[in-house]
Amino acid sequence: MHPENKHEKLILKPIHRPTTSDRILWFILGGIFLLGLSAWVRQYVIGLGVTGLNRPVYWGVYITNFVFFIGLAHSGTFISAILRIAGQGWRKPLTRAAEAITLFSLPFGVASILADMGRPERVFNIIFFGRYQSPILWDFTAVGLYFLSSIVFFYLSLLPDIALCRDRLTNAPDWQRRMYEILALGWQGHPEQFHRLEKVLDGMAIFMTMLVVTVHTVVSWMFGMTLQPGWHTALIGPFFLLGAILSGTAAVVIALAILRKVYKLEEVLHIGLFNSIRKLLITFTLGWIYMMIAEHLTIGYGNMKEEMVVLLDKFTGTYATIFWSMALLVFGLPVLILIFKAKNNIGWMVTASILINIGMWLERYIVIIPSEVSPRLLPVMGQGIYLPTATEWLITAAWFAGMFLLYTTFTRFFPIIPIWETAEHLPEIEPEGARVAQTAPTGD
Amino acid sequence: MPRWGMVIDLDKCFACQSCTAACRMENNTPIAGPDQAILGRAILWNEVLPFLEGEYPLVHATMIPRPCMHCDNPPCTAVCPVRATYKNEEGIVVVDYQRCIGCRMCTVACPYAIRYFNWFPPEWPQALKQHLNPDPEVAPRPKGVVEKCTFCIQRLHRAREKAAAEGRTFQATDYMPACVQTCTGHARYFGDLDDPNSLVSKLSHSPRAFRLLEELGTEPKVYYLKQG
Repeated sequence: MHPENKHEKLILKPIHRPTTSDRILWFILGGIFLLGLSAWVRQYVIGLGVTGLNRPVYWGVYITNFVFFIGLAHSGTFISAILRIAGQGWRKPLTRAAEAITLFSLPFGVASILADMGRPERVFNIIFFGRYQSPILWDFTAVGLYFLSSIVFFYLSLLPDIALCRDRLTNAPDWQRRMYEILALGWQGHPEQFHRLEKVLDGMAIFMTMLVVTVHTVVSWMFGMTLQPGWHTALIGPFFLLGAILSGTAAVVIALAILRKVYKLEEVLHIGLFNSIRKLLITFTLGWIYMMIAEHLTIGYGNMKEEMVVLLDKFTGTYATIFWSMALLVFGLPVLILIFKAKNNIGWMVTASILINIGMWLERYIVIIPSEVSPRLLPVMGQGIYLPTATEWLITAAWFAGMFLLYTTFTRFFPIIPIWETAEHLPEIEPEGARVAQTAPTGD
Repeated sequence: MPRWGMVIDLDKCFACQSCTAACRMENNTPIAGPDQAILGRAILWNEVLPFLEGEYPLVHATMIPRPCMHCDNPPCTAVCPVRATYKNEEGIVVVDYQRCIGCRMCTVACPYAIRYFNWFPPEWPQALKQHLNPDPEVAPRPKGVVEKCTFCIQRLHRAREKAAAEGRTFQATDYMPACVQTCTGHARYFGDLDDPNSLVSKLSHSPRAFRLLEELGTEPKVYYLKQG
């Protein structure tokens, strides 16, 4: 038994043999990924000296990427879990597209840490000798748990659709059909199965919501727990979290717009969805500027010597260009675009979302680097410098390419719109009864 | 158990850098070379830093020799995810080079920036290579790990062994880091801070005594005696 969805054909349409243009895209993305991978091998052989890192700027672009990727990963959980608990039914068509961002960006968050480590081959020391005094262990636990539960959450909600693929896509190559058969775990689509699935997903949504708050907070505590000026503030946790949800939600807009265009899913991913996300984005950018002002006003008004060095370096010094571009990219332009232009206009929505994500990457950078450049012993040590090298950019490009590669490949083999969640009718609970018009289940 | 500490008299220090050189020879710190040093990759467990106050013509310069502070409350050890760096029972903060994963959280957490990372495999000019300290405890560190001043802990171990071999009790005065031993102006003092009769303990209570970034509560065990 399968759910009845009038868009089923449309949603399954993108699942076909890879076309030439697919191959070209994969080739390019794979090429960039391999190039970055070889840059990493070179860095491993020669030493981290091939980066622009130094003393006192011990953390640079890699850690920026780590924070950014983990931030992107908040998209899926926000859309699927938090909106599920809040009973927002409109989220259904975009849950999977959003969760896929979570799933495919998390590994590259981890990869960014590996790229940053001086001794990546000793990474398992964290398991053998791990100690919970260190914020890195908090990160390791939270990100690990988040990744694991994201896989389970994603896979569970994919189950009915894999079964559907197994039964509908009979023309697919043998290996692909076998893959569906194995992955479907013998899903039959009994009403009871759907009922249980809903219950599990509801329960997991609560757990995931708690995790999503924890994850990005502990990521920020890697900085906040040190005594460095600019980092040692209680606001850093909530600020990182909000930024993560902002960039994650903006990433969903970009992904949706591309899917809609390329796979011609206009009917399912209708303009109303974008309008709903628009309101969320407006709220989050306003929240972001609120936190931004709260943080900088507190520091500026307090006027403590070491803190002010960092603050002024951002406002008027070395990092002024990046700082003010960031403010413009995350807040200034998007808020105007979103309020005045983006309603019923996907082009403007995507523009705002791209600006937000570039700005959010810069924000992570501007939180991390200026604090390191101006250490507390600045009058004695002098100001540090940091210029990322080609190796760092190559690895960055590679990790992003890897994420896109996984995402695009996934959409060729699995329905990116959840068929069962958007179905008009699910298999009914009553065995012989007349069909009860049952709306698709939700967490409402 | 002694609690090792150091006092540096800034009145006596004339920034000759012999401590820096002695430290290098004792602890086999690699030579980064001028190109890398300019990028901030020089590894100097001990540095003599100029602290300039005011502007020309009213400039006041203080030279501050800076080893590791060996804080009693070290921010660097708490953040290490694998306990590769820790404060030993005698208050010395050390690094386990075999265990360090190179995440550099300790280097970021240290407000004194005294922890160094090996950006490359260690290197020396040929002439220096022949004169490395043969003590296995200071064998050159591999690339990708953090290293730092240890108050020449290998000297402590050797001094203990020597005392045992000679059949006498180990005295705090048997042990002295290389920078203290070499100090041309006799500006450095070293000993047990917990021994009220030790010179370091007395000097650390001098009205001239201060510590770097004392307000952070890290409780450094390196004291300075104010200049002037």
